[in-house]
Amino acid sequence: MKTGAKILVEGLQREGVGTIFGYPGGVVLPIYDELYDSSLRHILVRHEQAAAHAADGFARASGRVGVCLATSGPGACNLVTGIATAYMDSVPIVAITGQVPTSLLGNDAFQESDITGITLPITKHNYLVKRTEDLGRMLREAFYIAGTGRKGPVLIDIPKDVSMKSIEYEHPGSEPVTLRGYQPTLRGHAKQIDKALEMILEAEQPVIYAGGGVIASDASEELVRLAETLVIPVTTTLMGLGAIPCDHPLNLGMLGMHGTRSANYAVTESDLLIAIGARFDDRVTGKLDSFASHARIIHIDIDPAEIGKNKKVDVPIVGDVRSVLQDMLAKLQKKKSYDRWLARISGWKEKHPLQYVSDNSLRPQYVVEQLSGLLKGEGIIVSEVGQNQMWTAQYFCFRKPRTWITSGGLGTMGYGFPAAIGAHFACPDQVVFDIAGDGSFQMNIQELSTVASNNIPVKVAILNNRFLGMVRQWQELFHNRRYSFTELPSVDFVKVANAYGVDGIRVDSCEEVVPALKAAIETDGPFVLDFRVEREENVFPMVPAGAAINEMIGGQQG
Amino acid sequence: MKPHTLSVLVENKAGVLSRVTGLFSRRGYNIESLAVGICEEPGMSRITIVCIGDDAGIEQVMKQLNKLIDVIKVSDLTDNERVERELALIKVNAEPGTSRAEIMQLATIFRAQIIDVAAKTIILSITGDTEKIDAFEKLLRQYGVKELVRTGRISMLRGSKVLKGGK
Repeated sequence: MKTGAKILVEGLQREGVGTIFGYPGGVVLPIYDELYDSSLRHILVRHEQAAAHAADGFARASGRVGVCLATSGPGACNLVTGIATAYMDSVPIVAITGQVPTSLLGNDAFQESDITGITLPITKHNYLVKRTEDLGRMLREAFYIAGTGRKGPVLIDIPKDVSMKSIEYEHPGSEPVTLRGYQPTLRGHAKQIDKALEMILEAEQPVIYAGGGVIASDASEELVRLAETLVIPVTTTLMGLGAIPCDHPLNLGMLGMHGTRSANYAVTESDLLIAIGARFDDRVTGKLDSFASHARIIHIDIDPAEIGKNKKVDVPIVGDVRSVLQDMLAKLQKKKSYDRWLARISGWKEKHPLQYVSDNSLRPQYVVEQLSGLLKGEGIIVSEVGQNQMWTAQYFCFRKPRTWITSGGLGTMGYGFPAAIGAHFACPDQVVFDIAGDGSFQMNIQELSTVASNNIPVKVAILNNRFLGMVRQWQELFHNRRYSFTELPSVDFVKVANAYGVDGIRVDSCEEVVPALKAAIETDGPFVLDFRVEREENVFPMVPAGAAINEMIGGQQG
Repeated sequence: MKPHTLSVLVENKAGVLSRVTGLFSRRGYNIESLAVGICEEPGMSRITIVCIGDDAGIEQVMKQLNKLIDVIKVSDLTDNERVERELALIKVNAEPGTSRAEIMQLATIFRAQIIDVAAKTIILSITGDTEKIDAFEKLLRQYGVKELVRTGRISMLRGSKVLKGGK
């Protein structure tokens, strides 16, 4: 006989889960009792939101399903932002919540919330387990759904009596999960692939536009091989950074609102856009009618609903990006030269590099560049959201997939620090940096306690400008510098870190940057770096909201 | 923009209807009519939804519906030969005398059934397509409709073709 709690914990281990992130409470007591002497590692966070982000960071860094656990009501509700973040970026997590006993369901019982109802629009699927007999099956389905097809979060809500009840249960082993309503298409249609290859031969000015789907399907190698074989330039989305090495000659950098001029010009001028695992998000396309308006479009995506959602597509290919790219590579016979096009692109790259004012003042871009230089493509970089995120995307040289972790779709401030904790447990041998702003860091600053008590060696580099910088930038540019509620008081983050038992250094000048970063890297445990950067630095270039992506402002000297 | 009739085969499980209808409201589509019930397959239900939208919008709704794990198959019946029915119950003022006789005559013409008779009212049941029920209701208004209940529209392809599961 096994209790529901035991079935759950054993089931998690059968799925290969080694670490979960959670926070206890009343109705999850039976589950926590089971965890007490289990070999499953549980990391106690200080706020449930951090548990969800940590599970997400774990999943992005490892490619495996991340798991978080919270109690009913407030615990479950605190997971919501983390689940929504994972949903928007297609990250596989399984969120387990406790629920009031089935006899009290719908009674407005203490700490009851309808979490399956609340998370309906932000989960790939969710379950309310009403019988212990269903728990094992639902858990297996949850992992299967989360980690296959277009990945995403799945929530399992377990009433207290369901986890307490004992039943006869045997795990079905490796027997595959089958669901009649869920059969994702993995192989691309052969005829569509042929059509795409023909279209590539007909093009004169092709560009590959690669997104997070390339990372999610572990297709970076195939992407680079395709680009190199056909000699076609590649631009990536924010989520696609790392899919092709930053310094690869065919890499144009990121496109979109804060993309490079060369990437945005190339897409605008292209006659063929090959979208791979990307979804034509508004931050990428700017004014939709002007986006790649001279181009025919090939769109490879695992989710048929993304094809044609925002932009009409000429050749849709539904399938797993990796599988489709492998099929394309196998079929490639002819290729042609796009030399004139490549020459034009080189011209743009030369004429419009990313640049910032280089003087004696401490600028955030400089900090990111120095860190990039020190790590040489090693390590995992997590960011918060806002200017810190964009500067990291622009100035950190990502060379490998899954080394860049950021909240793209939802844009969740406070994501980075707990996600970095999750990334550490996925890749314990890698140095993990959270590049933060002073605003974002304060949204989950309580996790300093988590990293301190577990000696989790996450380094936080705060680009501290005492502003909610990105909002301030918009106010400067579009609201006559009326800085409405965006100025933050100075916080001594080193003292805060010290209070939690974490070391830190404050940095005020350029000369101190490299020694401080080295000190952080060499420290065995967590570390906080408080970089007092130029306060009103802007992220440039920038495509103003509603403009076409070739109508960029800023980022050019002279 | 035109009305589309979607037939959605789903798992017969708690919460499936809210998953389906939630998707419509979330993505900004209005449901004109909705009917749901068990079907020929054990463990499955069939939902018939009428909604108005352009072709691209309806295609997006169908793709999003298909992504729901509990949705087994989605079909757009709009451009197919099909039969459609709705049912309405109408409680109408019918004082004994001429108006009651007139109403009974109308019922005969429309093949409606009288299913309840009280001192001052009667209840009529009518099935048919939307237009027929609309027309009948309009004619009854002059007598005073006290209450009206209508089901959503249900729809089925003509001929031997069937909508089976399997995405």
